[in-house]
Amino acid sequence: MMVDGGKSERVAPQAAASEPPLSLLGAAFAVMQRDLRLALRRSGDTLQPLGFFVIVTTLFPLALQPELALLRSIAPAALWVGALLAALLALDLLFREDAQDGTLEQLALCGLPFTALLAAKTAVHWLLTGLPLVVIAPLIATALGAPAAAMPGIVAALLLGTVALSLLGAVGAGLTMGMKRNGSLMALLVLPLAVPVLIFGARATALAIAGEPTAAPLYLLGAMAVLAITLAPWAVAAAVRIGLE
Amino acid sequence: MGWVWFHRFGSPPYFYRLSKRMVPWFAWSALVLCVVGLIDGLVFAPPDFRQGDGYRIIFVHVPAALLSLQVYVVMAASAAIGLIWRMKVAHAVAASCATLGASFTVVALGTGMLWGKPMWGTYWAWDPRLTSELLLLFLYLGYMGLRSGFDDTARADRASAVLAIVGVVNVPIIHYSVVWWNSLHQGSTLIGAGGVAVPSMWVPLVIMIAAFELYFIALLLIRTRGEILRRERNAHWIGEALGGPPVDFSQSGPPASPASPSVAPPPALGSYGGASGHPAAQHPAAQRG
Amino acid sequence: MIHFLQMGGYATYIWPAFALAFIVMGLNIVWARRSLHMAQTEARRRMLSARPRPQPPRDFPGLRP
Repeated sequence: MMVDGGKSERVAPQAAASEPPLSLLGAAFAVMQRDLRLALRRSGDTLQPLGFFVIVTTLFPLALQPELALLRSIAPAALWVGALLAALLALDLLFREDAQDGTLEQLALCGLPFTALLAAKTAVHWLLTGLPLVVIAPLIATALGAPAAAMPGIVAALLLGTVALSLLGAVGAGLTMGMKRNGSLMALLVLPLAVPVLIFGARATALAIAGEPTAAPLYLLGAMAVLAITLAPWAVAAAVRIGLE
Repeated sequence: MGWVWFHRFGSPPYFYRLSKRMVPWFAWSALVLCVVGLIDGLVFAPPDFRQGDGYRIIFVHVPAALLSLQVYVVMAASAAIGLIWRMKVAHAVAASCATLGASFTVVALGTGMLWGKPMWGTYWAWDPRLTSELLLLFLYLGYMGLRSGFDDTARADRASAVLAIVGVVNVPIIHYSVVWWNSLHQGSTLIGAGGVAVPSMWVPLVIMIAAFELYFIALLLIRTRGEILRRERNAHWIGEALGGPPVDFSQSGPPASPASPSVAPPPALGSYGGASGHPAAQHPAAQRG
Repeated sequence: MIHFLQMGGYATYIWPAFALAFIVMGLNIVWARRSLHMAQTEARRRMLSARPRPQPPRDFPGLRP
């Protein structure tokens, strides 16, 4: 029995059977491409959270007076409550369809780390629903009386905040995925967890509008976003697994 | 070797029997400590320099607030244990904590508001402690809502365990962000900054805290026993534990056992949940139940 | 005694606070005991209506080679 020949014979069939057709990064990109393509085909659905954000922030001046000085003082609240509610609305898009048509199960069973694939899905979800809010925020903020110098701070705060909100919301969406009678349970679950993001985001926005340095709350928002990026995917994967049973 | 006790507690029949014996100890000592603490705090403790007699609300407010937070941590810890070690007893403990914790939170909020009116002049002033308690109440309600949305107990256990773990990580973050938020606008409005330095004031407080803790443990054990029964559907030990003979499920037809006449005996007076009542008292197996 | 009940003028706040605390805690005792009782009743009911377990498949002589 020749060692060389025997070894190569033993190695070859193993390699053919166990080599995955796609690497993890390749699979993640494939998931992201698929989600992006599907979302762009149904652009109406994807733009709904954006429209909701615009409408909700419009409601605040209508409920008060159209006086810019007054609106400037409530602009942080209006922007952030609107962003929070729009993020909640958008979470519907994250898992529901894929759970219904079985794609999520296939992702769970395909042998690649489910956590990473779900993180990829959440990243695309943020690109489609969180990033548009950040882009349109300067427009809304100006309508609410914010000075032009406040825009960098507002955009930075919303950027970090929407990332954290997307990830926290994904946990809530995964947990309520397996339930029949959902109602507004997901909002009840996610909103208390989102309070720190709201507090520091609104604070950063208020400081930006007042022209003061926004470093402190922005750092804290950044810390929350990083914490969410590192810890939330595990919770999302655990929650979705339970929901798929 | 040190893990033996851990896995022994995880055995449902062991826990069921042990907790039945332990409940009266916790319950009666909670009652005694509560009476002693109340008498000491309401009668013997002197009035406060600034708040007069109004500070005495702390004898229920502080224990309730402390326990509301502690119960959430117990809930999350036992949920995590249940998730990691797949231990039904741990999930049963977590399920039992929810209503108790939410009740403590409600008491803390209500007594806090009743303390706030004479102290601040208004029932609600967005004080950081009370605001954190309110958010904690929402966390409890969310947990209970999530649990009730699942029909399958095992899935409900696992999903609410994930939620509890995520929540317990967030509780300090939420609390400190609320404290920070409040400090920007109102300055320090923490309740009871002074007034508990004197032993005649903090001794009854400690006694009341201990009373609340023992009360919590007693009720936790009672509820957990019920939750264990709900999770151990076809276990043979249930028959013995409920005071009947060991049920042999492989018999053909329903067992014509002495346990049949007593479908729902009333709980014996003074026994916390020990419903192995009079019909089975003659049965030797009842002694172990 | 009157002084005790009046609590230095804070009576309208102190006594309702204690009442709230003890009412809620009393309700919890009732709920906990009722929860356990219902679980025990349910377990007994399940035991009484226990169906016999399906018998293991018997060996049919002649069926197997």
